[in-house]
Formats: sequence, C-alpha cells, structure tokens
Amino acid sequence: MTKAITVSGLRKSFGSTHALDGLDLDVETGEVHGFLGPNGSGKSTTIRVLLGLLRADAGAAQMLGRDPWTDAVEVHRRIAYVPGDVTLWRNLSGGEVIDLYGRLRGGLAPRRRAELIERFELDPTKKGRTYSKGNRQKVALVAAFASDVDLLILDEPTSGLDPLMEEVFQRCVEEERDRGRTILLSSHILSEVEELCDRVSIIRKGRTVETGSLADLRHLTRTSVTAELAGPPNGLAHLPGVHDLDVRGRRVRLQVDTDQLDGVLRQLSESGVRSLTSTPPTLEELFLRHYQDEVAR
Amino acid sequence: MTTLATRAPRGSRQLAGTGTLLRFALRRDRVMIPVWIAVNALMVLSMPNTLKGLYGTTAERADLVRQMETNASFRALIGPVFDTSIGALTAWRVGIYAAALGAVMSLLIVVRHTRDEEESGRQELVASGTVGRRASLTAALLTAAAANAVLALLITAGLAGQGASGALSFGLGLAGVGMVFATMAAIAAQLTQSARLARGLTAAVLGAAFVLRAAGDSATDGGTSQAFGTGGGSSVLTWLSPLGWLENQRSFAGERWWVLLLFAAAVAVQAVVAYELAGRRDVGMSFLPTRPGPPTGRLGTAGALAWRLQRGGVLGWSVGFFLAGVVYGGLTDGAADLVRDNDKAREIFERMGGLSGLTDAFLASMVGMLGLIASLYVVASVLRLNGEETSGRAEPLLACAVGRLRWAAGHLVIAFGGSALIMLLAGLGFAVGYGKEIGPILGACLVQVPAVWVIGGAAVLLYGLAPRLAPASWGIAVAVLLIGWVGPALNAPRIMLDLSPFGHLPKLPGGGMEWPPVLILMGLAMMLVGGGLAGLRSRDMTT
Repeated sequence: MTKAITVSGLRKSFGSTHALDGLDLDVETGEVHGFLGPNGSGKSTTIRVLLGLLRADAGAAQMLGRDPWTDAVEVHRRIAYVPGDVTLWRNLSGGEVIDLYGRLRGGLAPRRRAELIERFELDPTKKGRTYSKGNRQKVALVAAFASDVDLLILDEPTSGLDPLMEEVFQRCVEEERDRGRTILLSSHILSEVEELCDRVSIIRKGRTVETGSLADLRHLTRTSVTAELAGPPNGLAHLPGVHDLDVRGRRVRLQVDTDQLDGVLRQLSESGVRSLTSTPPTLEELFLRHYQDEVAR
Repeated sequence: MTTLATRAPRGSRQLAGTGTLLRFALRRDRVMIPVWIAVNALMVLSMPNTLKGLYGTTAERADLVRQMETNASFRALIGPVFDTSIGALTAWRVGIYAAALGAVMSLLIVVRHTRDEEESGRQELVASGTVGRRASLTAALLTAAAANAVLALLITAGLAGQGASGALSFGLGLAGVGMVFATMAAIAAQLTQSARLARGLTAAVLGAAFVLRAAGDSATDGGTSQAFGTGGGSSVLTWLSPLGWLENQRSFAGERWWVLLLFAAAVAVQAVVAYELAGRRDVGMSFLPTRPGPPTGRLGTAGALAWRLQRGGVLGWSVGFFLAGVVYGGLTDGAADLVRDNDKAREIFERMGGLSGLTDAFLASMVGMLGLIASLYVVASVLRLNGEETSGRAEPLLACAVGRLRWAAGHLVIAFGGSALIMLLAGLGFAVGYGKEIGPILGACLVQVPAVWVIGGAAVLLYGLAPRLAPASWGIAVAVLLIGWVGPALNAPRIMLDLSPFGHLPKLPGGGMEWPPVLILMGLAMMLVGGGLAGLRSRDMTT
C-alpha cells in the first residue's frame, strides 16, 4: 500500500451547484501533498468527503485503503484533521480540548504535547471563548501534531497565525514528514506550499487541472532568462519555445519553455555570456496561469 | 478643549447607526419576540374567562379571596389579592408570572444583542462601521422597550373590559418589570465576558426578586386587609422586589400610580450604570475576570464531553423540579380545601387531573404541568446536537474516531435519561412537601415520561432528517404546553387535546393505571428516535 489517499472522478452537488465535478487526487504515503485552488474550488468539500462528513454522489475515494464513508471510525483512528476555522467549546480550556482530541484519535504523546505547546507559545489554561482566531488554530494544530496518527489532513491550517508561528508550523510539518507521516495540506499560502510540499494538485471548479511534483509542474512552464552578452545576440527569435524576447544592445531578456532551455543556452553562449540569471517559475505564476485562464474563459 | 472633545464625542455621534442596528435587531428577532409576546398575552388574556367560569358570582369570589387571605403559602406563591373583581383576581393570579415571563424575554433580548454579539466577535465588525460607541446598547434596550410596549398595549387593550385604568396600570407594570430586567441585563452584559453567564446573573436576580416578594408577602397580612387599612402595609422585603412593586400598584383595586415611578427610577439608574460601564471598557472585555481552566483535561470520550456540556443544565432543571415538587406538595392540602367549595373549579381540576378525590386531582394536574414543562428540557437537550453541528464544533469531533451515532447517543442519553430524572426528582419533592401517598405520586410523575419522550423523539426526528427545521421542535413543545395549560380551562374540543401526547396519559394519582397508551407512547418515541438517527447516519453533515 503506497497510496495514502486515492480519489477518482469524485462528484458532489449541493442543489444545483456542482462543488466537485470529477475530481482526482492521489497522495503517496509519506509525502507532503499540496492541495491548491481558489476559494470555492472544492478543496474543503473534497476534504469533508474524505472525512466521511459528506457522501459523494459519484466516484471513488479511499483513505488509508478504506472507504471514508463506511469505515469512517476505523479510518479516523489513524488520522488527525485541522479545519481552517476552529471553533472551541466556550467553557473548556485549550488543554482540555487538546487532550480530548488526542484521546479520541489514536492517543497523545505527552512529551510532544508539552513541547508543541511551548513552541507555539500557547496558553492551555485559557477558556475556549477567550482565544483569538490564531490561538484557536494553535489548539487544533497542537492536538493534531501531538496525536499518534499516520495521516494529517490540514485544511488551510495557518489562517490567523503570525509569521513566526507560520515558521513553527512549517518546521512541525517537516518533522512529521521525517517521521514518515503523510500530510495533505490545503493552502492559500503558495510560499508555504512551495517550501513544504513534495507534490501538489491544483484544482479549479471541482476538477483537478494539474498534479505532480513542483519540478514536473515547472517543466511545463516558462523560465525567465536575463543575460549580458559579449557580442550582439542572433538567431534567438527563431528558436522554438522562446517568448517575449527583448533585446537592448547586448542585454537580452526572454521567456522560454522550460524544456527548450537547452537550445537557448547554446545559442547565447555562441555570442559569449558575461552574466546570466535564470529564474524558475514560482508556484504563484503556475497558479495564476490556471486561474487567469479561468478568468479569460 | 480639543482633548475634551476627543475624549467625549458628542452624544449624537455616540449613537450613530442606532436606527440601523435597531431595525436589524427587530428583523433578527421577528419570530422570537412575537412568540414571547403572544404566549404571555394569551396566558393573561385567557384568565378573565377562566375566572368567570370558575367564580361567576361575587359571593364565590369573596369566598376565594377570604381563603387566600388566610393561607400564607398561597400569598407566597401568587401574592396578595386586593379585591374581588375579575380584573383584580386576574392581576393577582397571573401578574407575577406574566411579569417574570416578560422579564425573561427582556433579558434574553438585551444579552442577545450585546454580549452575545461581542462574544461571537460579530461586534468588532459592526463597531468598525459608522456605529457610535453607545449605539449597540441603545439598540438592544430599544428592542426590549419595543417588545415590552407591544406587550403592555395588548394587555391594556385586552383587559380594558375589566376596567380601563386598571388595565393600563397592569400593562404598564408588566412593561416596567420587563424594562427593569432589560437594564439589569445590560449591566450584567458589561460585567462578564460570557453571554451565558450574563443571562444567568440576570435570571438569578429575577429569582431573588421572586423569593424576596414571596417572603415579604407570606409574612404580612392579606391584600384586602391591606387595601382597607385594617392590616399593616406590604413588607419591606416585598418593596425590595420589582415583582412586589407590580402587586403594590393594586391594579383594578384603586390603582396607586406613583408606584410606576419606582420602575422609572430603577430603569433610569440601571441604564446610566450600564452606559457608564460600557463606556469604560474595550469591546469584548469585561469587568469580572475570567478564571483560567485546567492545562490538561480528563475528558476522553464523546459521552463525557456531552455530559460536561450539559451537566449544568441538568443540575439546574433537577433543582428546579425538586423545589417545584416541594412547593406544590406543600400547597396540596390547602388547594384541595379551596377547590372543594367551588363546583366549577372542581370540575376543571377534575377535567385536568381525573375524576376521583380532589387532592388527587390537584396533584395530578400539578404533576401534569411539570410533565409539560419537562418537554422544554428534552427539546433544549436534544437540540444541543444541532447547536454543536451548526457551530462547526461537531465536525472536527466526528473527524476523530467517533461515530455519528455514538456522538449523538451521548447527548440523547442525557436528554431522555435527564427527563426521567427530573420527573423523578419532582416526585421526591412532592414526597417532601406533601409527605403522603409517596408511591402513587412517584408513579404519576414517571408516567409523564413517555409523553415527554415523544416530544424529544420528534426533536430527534426533525434534527436527523431536516436539521434546518430542528428549531421547529420548540414550536411543538410550546404548542403542547398551550394545549395542556389553556385547553382544559377553555373547554377545548377533544380532538385538539388528543393532538398532545400528554392527553393520552392515565390520570394519576387517583385514576387507574392504563398500560396500553403508555406503552404506545414509548414505542412511538423509540420509532421517532430511530428514524431521526437513521436520518443522521445517512445525511451530509452541515456547516
């Protein structure tokens, strides 16, 4: 069993809105998988189907090799879930909630719990109603990271965290991966995904539009190149895969399809290269390209 | 000058947006407030007819008043009666209860639009708009004032037939009590960070007001001897209670209008205090510190969590039902004597409670009333499931290794077990207060439970199949309550009484035990719960 989550052709409608329209998702065991998409694209709906809270209309889904609807309780023993907007019981302290969640999953490691509370600078004696948004997220995050589980499902978990805590969160995710745990991270923060994720799936309008490692995805897109040459450039305009060519004297700027990079470099070195900068596409550019397609359509 | 100006913005600015907030509050409460007013007005306005039916002649009423005068426990429970007219008897019989109901309505309105808003964080968003510092509190108080004004208007118009000035005095008095507790709630909302605690504090003051008045009234002479100057005046204790002011207005018995000034003064002072406190604190903060909780917890199961969330409610209802049993038990002998002399009253008690002896009939009707009230408990308890789901707290819990049915079972055991528990405690209260027939009275209390369970089952069914309709369970409970309370007195048609599960219960104590209806109701309750759970298991969770 190498797949922690497999989803294929998942459909779910609420009345006349199609929240999921044939969504596919594969998460390998032991990887951190980024789950990206604009608001309302169906990320949370997918997660709620995976948690057995919603029943899919069509398609297949498996979590840890089991059906998330019929075997919900067995599956849930081995997972921890952090929603994007944590609500707590107003008169229970944060510590009580952390322990409750831990016991209702596979159990809680007391030392890890204490360490996480320290690192997230959480006061576990405060009552639920007095926590701020960020602190409520911390309660759920501590409970999830301290639980003894195989799979973490994090649905925009860092909303409301400050940059320092965001850093702590990223270290925790890395530690979890090093322990061999699988993480599905739905996120809006692309730098976070870029930093943490082995593979990503980008969804739009309830469908998966792109999936693979960041390297794979970058391969499909353009790299920007800026070069200072010894002599005047030539022949660049006719090379396959070159876009937005801008030549000013000996200075060249261009965009190139990443799989055509080799030809461009060869052509540049014929003129003699004094300096060269090449920037891989950011995830943001990937994301925006898909999103802008949607706007354009 | 400039410093002063920035410190204290002009009054008009502090109230900016009040009108919008008021309209918003009235829209949010467009169901809740009319229901509260309607139930209260119905209770008051049906009373003259009931009394006319029971005590048609002045002689009969004089008889009733004489007996009431001499019975300290009745004075404690209902207050003194000042005259033998239907109007005076109406004000006496329902005054304190209508006022308490109006007070609860008012405190709920005010806390809902002040501390509730802050606790949920919605207030921050509202306050960031063009909304003055005092606008929210003002809008909340105006909402309560509007509700009380409508209530006063309905009561005045409805009772005008018994004497216009008495009706006006009584209506204004009810509104006065309402506004005293509205402004009291406004103070409590500044003191604590928890809306629930603010409601609890105000309700505790209301309870204290009732106890003060009861103690004062039981210690002094009856109303007519006060009114005719043959006895002493009202006790100091009574004068300490806003509920005591209402009775001291002597509506329909030579109104003392100046008593209304007490309401006005109390409302003004409390409002000033509330505004002062509100002006001295930050949004979301409070004057009473919140105590820290334990850093680690012992809760480990969904059932334990459900108990933790509901135990306060169960405790409150248990104490209330036990005390109600003690009080009604203590009144039983006196009540039977009272009714024995009045044919029509006896007839009504017999219709409500059964055919045999009057003591049994009185006990049966009191036990039946507690059964009806217990259906409010069961609905509140079942709907905790809905509250957990809509608030988003159920979702992460159900993402743990907790099945939906196990999660629901935790709350349902408390709802259904708890309703049996509070009826049992009511029975034990009767045993303490009355001391005779302990076995039959306990039986009578427990025989109510299947009917309570049917109401609870209906709530489970609604929640399981159509969670959006779950709050309609309150409508069912209130309808059953009205059928049970007002139905027999109004001689309602059999078919209407039969709609309520309570109408099918054997009349105990006194009547014979009949198992078939009890077993049928239990079976029905089980089917309703089963249907609801089946629905819950197969539907999408909503958030």
